[in-house]
Amino acid sequence: MKAKTERTAMWKFTLFGVLAWMGVLVAPEPAQAEYADVVMNNYADAAGMRPVVFPHWYHRIRFRCKVCHADLGFKFKAGGNKITMAKIIDGKFCGACHNGEVSWSVENCGLCHSGIPGTPTHISGSTVQRLVAPAYKILDKKKTVQDGYNK
Amino acid sequence: MKTVIKSFTIAISAAVLLPVSAIAFEASPLSLAATKPVSSAEVTGSVPAKISVSNANVFNRLLKKIEDPNAAPADDGIHDIENEPTFALQPPKIAYKGLPTSEYGNHIDWVKALDDGLLDPRYDRVDPSIEPFVMDLDIVRPVKASVPDVVFPHKPHTQWLHCSNCHPKIFIPQRLANQINMSAIILGQKCGVCHGKVSFPPTTKSCKKCHSKPKPSDWTPPLSDATVKNPWR
Ligand code: HEC
Ligand code: HEC
Ligand code: HEC
Ligand code: HEC
Ligand code: HEC
Ligand code: HEC
Repeated sequence: MKAKTERTAMWKFTLFGVLAWMGVLVAPEPAQAEYADVVMNNYADAAGMRPVVFPHWYHRIRFRCKVCHADLGFKFKAGGNKITMAKIIDGKFCGACHNGEVSWSVENCGLCHSGIPGTPTHISGSTVQRLVAPAYKILDKKKTVQDGYNK
Repeated sequence: MKTVIKSFTIAISAAVLLPVSAIAFEASPLSLAATKPVSSAEVTGSVPAKISVSNANVFNRLLKKIEDPNAAPADDGIHDIENEPTFALQPPKIAYKGLPTSEYGNHIDWVKALDDGLLDPRYDRVDPSIEPFVMDLDIVRPVKASVPDVVFPHKPHTQWLHCSNCHPKIFIPQRLANQINMSAIILGQKCGVCHGKVSFPPTTKSCKKCHSKPKPSDWTPPLSDATVKNPWR
């Protein structure tokens, strides 16, 4: 009798262990993605396309920030540029380069639209996202001036 | 018995790892399951049972270590492996070979990579011969706290960025005219617009990159009012 319960317990634990591991392997872990990869999903999901993944690391090896963020007018905000395919084929944003001249052309949909469906717009590995507890608020109210940016 | 211990260790390590995946799935049924083996004895109540110790006492309750900071697109948790072109994307490690490393962010020292001439990204969309307009001007910002003072170097910034990326929207171009504190930076403002998102992030090993001017040897931190007025002191 005792041996039997132990065996059942053993099975339970083994089964639980296996299931838990499968869960770990299957569940997406956004923290693992390369630092600064931007997922853009303002419209993609709704239009039945996978979200777009923009790799900063890959582009900064080839271009300085100035090219995109000053010359091409990309704002410093994930999702903040409201990029659409109409703008891209008019040569704006990604379309300034992904035009078959500077880089491969726009018909390679799956190279940009490569994100897991349902992933929200965000930048991967950001400090705010990785905090273990919410950021502290400074005591001196006058110093809290979070003026201007990002609002 | 050996298997029990083995699978139990698996279960425990899974329970440790689960909170990581639980971030993605707030209401993950698995994270509920993780507490089951301990609570089931209490629920049935039939066995007077050994006193069960809380399984909350794992070694690292909150620390989340990234196992592979430069994972290939197919393994990184944001790229869809059902999408075939995902496998045509370049894994970062291949591109990073030979570049100077760091312990945070992309785990690449981008400043050194430029200085050593290992990379020369274009400053213009099409013309690779255009040179960046680099300005070598350091701004020292004294810090009230015990950490070294901050030196903001224009040089590495203007190697990558244009003046208009910072002036005047993020910083008024005048020494000490801007209120900056660590809280704002961590929340993604001021220096944190870039540092903590694309440029190297603030973390224990990177503090001294910005806090690089040591305090004089006789410097002591100012005492708080509560200490100065403390009647038991
Ligand atoms: C160079 C990268 C790139 C390529 C290549 C690309 N897209 Fe996009 N696409 C984007 C970006 C960026 C967005 C904006 C994503 C968002 O915020 O939802 C977008 C959005 C979309 C949207 C939703 C918004 C809209 O414009 O209606 C659709 C649909 C879409 N893409 C289809 C396609 C198709 C089909 C192809 C291939 C012919 C393609 N895309 C190729 C970058 C790209
Ligand atoms: C090839 C173009 C390109 C280059 C080069 C580039 N970026 Fe970006 N950057 C982007 C795009 C695209 C986004 C996302 C914008 C969106 O989602 O609307 C972005 C977003 C950002 C953001 C906003 C993140 C957030 O969520 O708040 C920051 C900060 C940023 N980039 C900094 C940099 C820095 C610093 C460099 C240089 C080291 C750089 N970028 C180089 C295209 C580029
Ligand atoms: C300043 C020019 C420029 C802009 C703007 C730009 N790209 Fe690129 N991109 C490139 C170049 C150059 C390559 C490399 C092309 C090659 O390998 O032939 C590239 C490659 C890529 C790759 C493939 C990376 C790999 O692993 O091979 C992706 C994905 C990508 N871009 C997405 C985007 C998206 C999404 C946008 C807009 C949000 C964008 N790019 C905007 C120039 C640009
Ligand atoms: C990464 C952001 C950034 C970039 C890019 C940048 N600056 Fe600055 N700049 C700053 C900061 C931060 C300060 C210090 C402000 C303070 O102390 O409150 C500053 C201060 C200044 C000052 C005031 C110096 C003084 O002694 O009062 C001038 C002038 C200036 N910058 C010019 C420029 C020019 C010209 C460029 C382009 C070549 C440039 N900056 C690019 C961030 C930047
Ligand atoms: C990107 C640059 C940067 C990094 C990285 C950075 N700091 Fe700071 N820190 C600053 C600036 C700028 C200030 C404001 C200085 C001033 O008062 O002018 C500051 C201020 C501070 C202060 C004073 C109190 C306050 O909130 O203003 C402390 C303490 C501090 N930092 C600690 C740290 C620690 C600890 C780290 C590492 C986890 C760190 N810093 C990383 C730039 C940085
Ligand atoms: C607009 C984006 C941006 C802002 C804002 C910004 N930085 Fe940077 N910073 C960069 C980039 C890009 C680099 C290059 C290294 C990298 O990307 O990790 C850099 C590099 C540095 C370095 C050089 C590190 C080295 O290896 O020598 C220091 C120090 C630094 N930043 C401090 C600051 C401080 C302090 C502030 C705020 C006063 C600030 N930065 C604001 C983009 C920015």
